[in-house]
Amino acid sequence: MRAAISGIGQSDVGRRLFRDPLELTIDACLEAIADAGLDRSDIDGLSTYPGNMAIPPGFSGAGITEVHDVLRLNLNWFNGGIEAPGQLGSVILACMAVESGLANHVLCFRTVWEGTAQAGGGRSAVMPGSGRGGGYRADGFMQWFLPYGAPSAANWIAMYAQRHFHEYGTTREQLAQIALNGRRNAALNPKAIYREPMTLDDYLNVRMISSPLCLYDCDVPSDGSTAVVVSREGPVNVESVATAIRGRPSWDQWDDLTTMAARDAGADLWARTSLTAADVDVAELYDGFSFITMVWLEALGFCGKGEGGAFVEGGANIASDGGVLPLNTHGGQLSAGRLHGYGFLHEAVAQLRGIAGERQVPGDPEVAVAAAGGGPLAGCLLLTRR
Amino acid sequence: MTRYDLPAPDLETEPYWTAAREGRLLIKRCRSCGQPFFYPRPFCPKCWSDDVEWEEASGRATLYTWSVVRQNDLPPWPTRVPYVAAVVDLEEGPRMLTNVEGCEPEDLEAGMALKVAFRQETDEITLPVFRPA
Ligand SMILES: [Zn+2]
Repeated sequence: MRAAISGIGQSDVGRRLFRDPLELTIDACLEAIADAGLDRSDIDGLSTYPGNMAIPPGFSGAGITEVHDVLRLNLNWFNGGIEAPGQLGSVILACMAVESGLANHVLCFRTVWEGTAQAGGGRSAVMPGSGRGGGYRADGFMQWFLPYGAPSAANWIAMYAQRHFHEYGTTREQLAQIALNGRRNAALNPKAIYREPMTLDDYLNVRMISSPLCLYDCDVPSDGSTAVVVSREGPVNVESVATAIRGRPSWDQWDDLTTMAARDAGADLWARTSLTAADVDVAELYDGFSFITMVWLEALGFCGKGEGGAFVEGGANIASDGGVLPLNTHGGQLSAGRLHGYGFLHEAVAQLRGIAGERQVPGDPEVAVAAAGGGPLAGCLLLTRR
Repeated sequence: MTRYDLPAPDLETEPYWTAAREGRLLIKRCRSCGQPFFYPRPFCPKCWSDDVEWEEASGRATLYTWSVVRQNDLPPWPTRVPYVAAVVDLEEGPRMLTNVEGCEPEDLEAGMALKVAFRQETDEITLPVFRPA
């Protein structure tokens, strides 16, 4: 498609920064605009996920209106909302706005401050059903989940993983490789939250959260903002995007709990390009929970359906130094922090431009995939170096 | 103490919760196309007909998948861990999220036969749960 990522930016990232999330957003946005070689006055589009939301606390660091105002932009097009094909759906829409001529340079951002928001009471302080943060009784689809002690995506994705284990013989030792790979890569990322080495024994011995997912299968709530600029021209071309979901948009009423909406978005990505999965040099695939990455690996055809466990086994295939598919080269959300989708796109662009510093993968990568979302949320982009 | 994790029955779900208090599991079925469905809704998710009726399920189900939950800080769950969250396939077809009780986690197996049971939480809410058949 006729769109490019012309600039990237990222604020400080931390477990708990105790800083105004709007200030983090400004840092990321100004860096992205400068990186694109543009001025604020060139920006005529603005897009974000999920848009302004008061609850759960920390989930939305800034809305469109606030950022529009604080950066004093003049806009031809803008978009913000949670009902999108994953977090990167906001970037995909920006690509369409540029391609269609609605805007020339769209600034896209995602800001979280979940680390600071949960400092008082942990993740439960902001969960629905807590009576705090969420502040409401169970309703909507949650009224069928909460009474059974399944309030969290951790519980739902655990059940997906368990079904995958059952149908395909996938093991915890295999799933562990996604977490271990992330931690190895995070050691080379100065902004990553957790950089100290992790062994398979560490993984197998840490406490279980919701079987088969242990603590290290869950990403780390963080503070930080990431921004990109979408333009017609830029150093990284958007070759293809995909957003499909062909099934019920539901966690438990979905037809096959060994896969997710990624199945449909992943297949579509290749229908719009002459490139194939074999052409991809680096993959940045959402890991809000480790199992989601396994789903994306299968969905994008890096291995067959059900073969995700075998593909990551031992870690060699996904290693940054010599693997056939360097994966989550910045550490992913498991170790680098839950920047909620945008971190993967930022990293894919950095790798294609050769500016990823110590963690730059060898071989001068030319093709990358960035994918975000789990369950009924899925959106992905295929990127090429110009 | 308010149980924020429990629903407030409304016009649509009141019959479901009343039946659960009486030890019956209800699903809905479309009289127009025959489709059984869960969650309860006032119209058919397949053909959109509003000619839908409550039906007592047999209570027989098979285990599709599950998770042994070991951490949940929301009251009253800290005193209940570990417990089993599960997705089961009802004999009539619909799939529902529930708990499996009366079974050691290591004995759980996909496809195992289950039978509905009822767990009273409050005067208002009794939950259909499942046990090995
Ligand atoms: Zn019908």
